[in-house]
Order: sequence, then C-alpha cells, then structure tokens
Amino acid sequence: MRPRAILGYGAAGVGVVALMLFVGWWRVDGPGAPAPVGQRPVALTEMDFRLTDHEGNAVGPETLIGRPTMAFFGFTYCPDVCPTTLSDISGWLDDLGNEADEMNVVFITVDPERDTVETMAEYVGYFHPALRGWTGPEEQIARVADGFRATYEQVPTESGDYTMNHTASVFLFAASGRFVTMIDYHEPKEFAVPKIRRALEEEMEGAT
Amino acid sequence: MKKYILTSTLAALLTLGGFSAPALAGPEDVVVENAWSRASIGMNRPGAAYMTIRNTGDEPVTLIGLTTPLAMMPEIHETKTNAEGVSSMNPAGEIAIAPGESVALEPGGLHAMLMRLQEPMTEGDTFPLTLLFDDGGEVTVEVPILGIAARGPED
Repeated sequence: MRPRAILGYGAAGVGVVALMLFVGWWRVDGPGAPAPVGQRPVALTEMDFRLTDHEGNAVGPETLIGRPTMAFFGFTYCPDVCPTTLSDISGWLDDLGNEADEMNVVFITVDPERDTVETMAEYVGYFHPALRGWTGPEEQIARVADGFRATYEQVPTESGDYTMNHTASVFLFAASGRFVTMIDYHEPKEFAVPKIRRALEEEMEGAT
Repeated sequence: MKKYILTSTLAALLTLGGFSAPALAGPEDVVVENAWSRASIGMNRPGAAYMTIRNTGDEPVTLIGLTTPLAMMPEIHETKTNAEGVSSMNPAGEIAIAPGESVALEPGGLHAMLMRLQEPMTEGDTFPLTLLFDDGGEVTVEVPILGIAARGPED
C-alpha cells in the first residue's frame, strides 16, 4: 500500500511540474503569449502588400526602395492627430529643404472604407507636395500594419459614426529599405529633424 | 440611505446659502485666448478647434459643454497616445479650472471636436463657439478658421 501511495504522489508531482512547464510555455512562447508590442518594423524588403496611391498607381514596398522613406498611418476623417502629424511633417520637410527632395513621404490610411483613392487625392492635395496617399483593401492594409508592427482599430462614436485608434508614430526607412527609427507623435522639431537626417545620411553612406 | 440624503441636502443648503459662497465664478472671470481651428474638407468630417481657457477669478470654474451654430454635436475630446504610440480620442467630460489656472486645448491633447458640421469650415471665416459652465455662465468666442495644415493660432 505504502509504495503505491509514494508512486501516486510521485506521479502527481510530475504531473504538476509538467502542467507548470506547459502553462509557462503557453504564456511566454505559446498561443497565450501577449501580442508583441514595441517591436521594430521589419525592413521594407521583407514586407509584402499591394496598395494604390492617390493617383491610382499600383504601389507596394518595392516602390519605396531606392529612396529614404518617411511613412505613417492615419485617416482623412481624423480631426486632430492626422492633420497635426501632416503639418508637423510639412514643417520638417521645409526645414530640411533640398535635402528632403529625394525622400518618399507616404500617408497610409487605416480607414479604407471611407478613404478611397479620390478621397486620398483630395486630402493630400492640401498638404506638402511631396506627400503621397496610399489606400487599398482592408486585408492589404492589415498586412502593411503587420510589417510596420503598427496597430489600428475601428471605434464607434456617440454621433453614430466611427473613429480609428491607430499608431501615430512616423516611421523612417533608409533607401535600402532598412528600418532606421521612428518619430513619436508630435515630437518636437529639434528631435524629429535630426532623425530624418539619419535616414538620409544612411543612404549617402551606402551610395559612396 | 435616509441619513445620507439628509446630510447631502444639508450640505447643499449650506453651500447654496452659506457664507462660503461669494459671487459665483461667473464668465467675467473666464478669458479665452488664441482660439483657432482648421478648415474642413466638406461637411462629413468632424472639425477641431483649439484655445486657451484661463480662469482669472478666485473660484474654480467647470466647463461642462459647448454649443455652436456650426456643429450639431460640439464636444471637448482628448487625444491620448499610449506607450506603444497608439493614439485614441475620447470625450474629456467636465473640465475643472482652478483659480488662476488655465487649460490649453491644443493639437494632440484636448480639443473642441465639432461633430456634424452644418456647413463647411472655410479658411478665412470665423464662427462663434459658446463655452458652458456648471454655474450657468456662458462665454462666447469668435474662432478664426485657418488653413487645413495650420499648426497654431499664428499660422
């Protein structure tokens, strides 16, 4: 009787340890792991998506390779964050002057339901001439966001419409497609402009 | 429950009739500075207006709402950006301003969200915006409409 009891306890003990290991794996590496946050975007060369720019051209990550890129997410029905980001970007570009001439500046909508090609064309026309507006089917937008490690979510408002929560940082990539750094939402010019120069300089070093 | 109601009634009576309530913090103590807004594209999108609201009086004031002929649903909203860089926007509720303090409605933070525009916001125009306070006071300010890419009141 006694050895059997010991055996029983032993088996139970092993079971408990196995369970703990399983729970640990589940929560850290398994399906129960928290969604990756604060991860760096992958290189543009590793992304795969198909969108349409505001002039109706088919575009994808390869469109951006060869020139440094500044890209961010938003939507044209956004009253505060997006116009602020667009104005900030226009200010940075004005500061950089000719230096930024060879740069891609892309506004990618997270609200393709309302932001059609025509809507994007009208909207970007109000901002810096370098700005391009990209839209496309929802599943393609999801792929872009995934590559950028960005998030977005549709949220209903009291007025019966909806708004979008979204990553508001501006992403900087070198001409090679390598991710350089990001500019936080509404980051002061003194910090933002040197970051853009870093993305531009990497390009020059690569070329020489 | 009964006791609670009694106490609160007493408290209300004391507040209303008590010596601790001098002149109610009226709109004369509220100064609105640097009001501005951005032009809209059409009427389907919500507009946003910004300003600094200063309480120059000796009593706290609480902003409880907005009205304007320009929009059916004007509301103070607040944009918040979390540690992962995700921005979201929600109604800010009532905003208390302590004596001598001011509250800034500025891009990326608090803003007057103008939902259901009745007409497009055209650059160069102005519109009246009335701030409603909890004591029944009102302050109306004429808000200039700047360009769609404006960054601040001086643009």
